Amino acid sequence: MKVEVRINGRSVAAEVEPRMLLVQFIREVAGLKGTNIGCDTTSCGACTVLLDGQSVKSCTMLAAQADGLDVMTIEGLAPDAGDGSAPGATALLHPVQRAFHEHHGLQCGFCTPGMVMAVTSLIAEAEPGSLDEAAVRVGLEGNLCRCTGYHNIVEAALAAAREAGVAAGATE
Amino acid sequence: MIPAPFEYARAASLEEALSFLAEHGDEAKLLAGGHSLLPLMKLRLATPGVLVDIGRIEELQYVRDEGEAVAIGALTTHHDLSRNPLLRRQLPVVAHVAGQIGDPQVRHRGTIGGSLAHGDAASDLPAVVLALGGTLVALGPKGRREIPASEFHNGFLETALEPDEVLVEVRLGKSGGTGWGFEKLTKRAQDWAIVAAVAVQREDAPGGVGVGLVNMASVPIRAASVEAALADGASVAEAAELADADSDPGADINASVEYRRHVAKVLVRRALERALAGPAGGDGAAGAAGAAGGAGAASEGGSS
Repeated sequence: MKVEVRINGRSVAAEVEPRMLLVQFIREVAGLKGTNIGCDTTSCGACTVLLDGQSVKSCTMLAAQADGLDVMTIEGLAPDAGDGSAPGATALLHPVQRAFHEHHGLQCGFCTPGMVMAVTSLIAEAEPGSLDEAAVRVGLEGNLCRCTGYHNIVEAALAAAREAGVAAGATE
Repeated sequence: MIPAPFEYARAASLEEALSFLAEHGDEAKLLAGGHSLLPLMKLRLATPGVLVDIGRIEELQYVRDEGEAVAIGALTTHHDLSRNPLLRRQLPVVAHVAGQIGDPQVRHRGTIGGSLAHGDAASDLPAVVLALGGTLVALGPKGRREIPASEFHNGFLETALEPDEVLVEVRLGKSGGTGWGFEKLTKRAQDWAIVAAVAVQREDAPGGVGVGLVNMASVPIRAASVEAALADGASVAEAAELADADSDPGADINASVEYRRHVAKVLVRRALERALAGPAGGDGAAGAAGAAGGAGAASEGGSS
């Protein structure tokens, strides 16, 4: 069947089997390898992408279910440099990426793309003043870091939440 | 892991979904959010010949105030339930429990109708719908019929739905909004409940309370003996001792039968205490790791 997904603003169309998973479509058809396959069982969150702005685990969706919809992967998160270069190809970072960089919110890095996308979704749908440390930890329950480097991931998420004005007690 | 091959048909409307079901019969399986079905298909535990994707049918995504009842479209996601202002006001137990299912990514995809129709006894929402005495609305070629929640789950992953029917709506009376408690024991936050209990105040129930149990039998069940004991004037502690009387729990890697029976009594007591507490009862704190057996028990409830 023909599946067409807008990935990071670019339309990607292909003839695929109905059983192709969205994460396979992203990695093998669109060639975007930033989205990792970890557990392949909806547990670890390494394959988290945004579907119409909401975080989803792309190992537990068919590509067919995303047909005609908008997907954003880690490659599409950085702002457009405005010089014709591909998103992510420059030093420009999305605020969540910058927070992970500044707070060293990673160790081996395998979970990082999924963590960043999950944090981006968490902040986008948070009510103002709602994200404290407990809310961030609960909000990231769908993402596992096998290095157990959660402390700095949570610090990064809180910093990004403060910048977005949704952190508890934020004064911005 | 990828599923065995199947044919895929996306239904643009309810009418189209019914016609796909009529065409493909037993070979067809409905796909909503897919977060119960796709994992089973990836493990080849389910191998439907035709997947009818109803996930985008917008006419089944709503929460409506219909006077005596709140009507919920079957394809409303757990995320949308958890944020819905009407539910938060009228049936906060539904919004709260929906907001505890799985993790945010799962809640963005999973739907209340999918959860009910899949019929897993370890799912949270079916027990809540049971405790509230809800009604499920199915639509098929012979028209629309209402099924009491108590008659919906027939056996392990089996429901009263006919192969050519679609679950379209969940109807919940508003009397369950006054006081509620939900207690869920999990090993990790995102896991299925090892055992969970929900208690809701109900004006229409003999004992004034509905009690549902998660993962205490092959289907979601009501703790009828607890409800009856309360109607007969038993104290909460006495009634909670009967929490496992109507159950038939299994043993698995997480818990033995005896442990589940014990935990059910504790969780039912806590859920009842919260549901029956005065307005000062308020929200409970979430217990993290360190509770019984090194597991975490999330506990919350309220009243108004």
